[in-house]
Amino acid sequence: MGISNMYEEKNHKHENRFQYGQRNMWTGILFGFGVVAFIDEAIFHQLLHWHHFYDKSTANIGLVSDGLFHAFSFFATIGSSFLLADLHRKHGFWLKRWLGGIFLGAGAFQLYDGIIQHKFMKLHQIRYNVDIVPYDIVWNVLAAILIIIGIVLLFKTNQ
Amino acid sequence: MHSHEAHTQNFYFIVQLILVFPFIISFISYFVGVVLSNQHKKQWPYFRTLFWILGHVCAMLSLIGPLAELAHINFSAHMVGHLLLGMLAPLLIALSAPITLFLRAIPVKMARFISCILRNSYFRFVSNPIIASILNVGGLWLLYTTPLFNMMHENSVLYILIHFHIFLAGYLFTISFIYIDPTPHQLSFVFRSIVLLVALTAHSILSKYIYAYPPSQVSAEQAEQGAMIMYYGGDLIEIALVFILFYQWFKRTRNTVFAKAIT
Repeated sequence: MGISNMYEEKNHKHENRFQYGQRNMWTGILFGFGVVAFIDEAIFHQLLHWHHFYDKSTANIGLVSDGLFHAFSFFATIGSSFLLADLHRKHGFWLKRWLGGIFLGAGAFQLYDGIIQHKFMKLHQIRYNVDIVPYDIVWNVLAAILIIIGIVLLFKTNQ
Repeated sequence: MHSHEAHTQNFYFIVQLILVFPFIISFISYFVGVVLSNQHKKQWPYFRTLFWILGHVCAMLSLIGPLAELAHINFSAHMVGHLLLGMLAPLLIALSAPITLFLRAIPVKMARFISCILRNSYFRFVSNPIIASILNVGGLWLLYTTPLFNMMHENSVLYILIHFHIFLAGYLFTISFIYIDPTPHQLSFVFRSIVLLVALTAHSILSKYIYAYPPSQVSAEQAEQGAMIMYYGGDLIEIALVFILFYQWFKRTRNTVFAKAIT
């Protein structure tokens, strides 16, 4: 009895999840964006000091892109946290779909950072004074894997 | 020579006093307002008074005393002052709801008259997030990318005007996005979010621009330090601003949840 009650309780908490499928996905994507930007800043800028704050070869468009994504990353983190709270409030949270969104958002940002920002806009490189090719490959392949996991999860939960 | 230095010192002190004077007046007025308001209405919240005190401490730290002196020769100190005067003090003062207190403290008839004035088209115009952002971040771009920065340190009148502008524009900017006091012309959360995102982007870009292209007479090393203070220090205050904006959205949309639950 206890178990079936718990099950019902649990179901009740997510009773509206099909109704908020899109919102779960976007909340995840925004959060994924923010998470990757945070990891990038905390690990590669602050702890390892691999990334540079500013690289003399940066194109002006690189400064604009960096500024936009920098502001957007904490905007997305905070905004998606409140959207998540809102989904719970509406009994519309869907863990699997939300996770799918996170993987997709994280991968997309990682790929954008790795290809457009590092390579085309020359914002900064992953690391300096080393052979950069293996770093770039690992970085972008990892991004692709994240995107694939995200897409699979989103397809599985597509109603 | 000595007397000349003393003369300059005195002169700096007078400039600082002129800047601090309005803050001292407003600091005291708030407490008068709290006493008047408490006579007829329920207790004015203590945390609002605390925000008021902290906001004024931040503003005054940047305008008078050791930090203000150092800011003349050290760009990092100047940037810390900028964060305190243009971002943190306005946020704290906005959170202390001074206009609400003012309207509560004065007689009802007068309060009606004042709120009529606050509703006019001029205030509507300048408190539009786009205009407020241009006044605030646009002003900073003007200051750091033109000779204005140098002229400010040579001309006292300019120095005073720019510092008042930095505070007022910062305050206007804050209250155009988060509504603590009564706000007659409210705009949608989506609109405010997008404008805020653009404004914060412009702030981040300016930080890195200063890093790359130091203002004249600022050494590269000092510009780099100052730029990073602006970039990361600005983040902290911007995060608080964004958090409050979304929190207000979360609270405001609560009713729609209950409305749905009933139907």
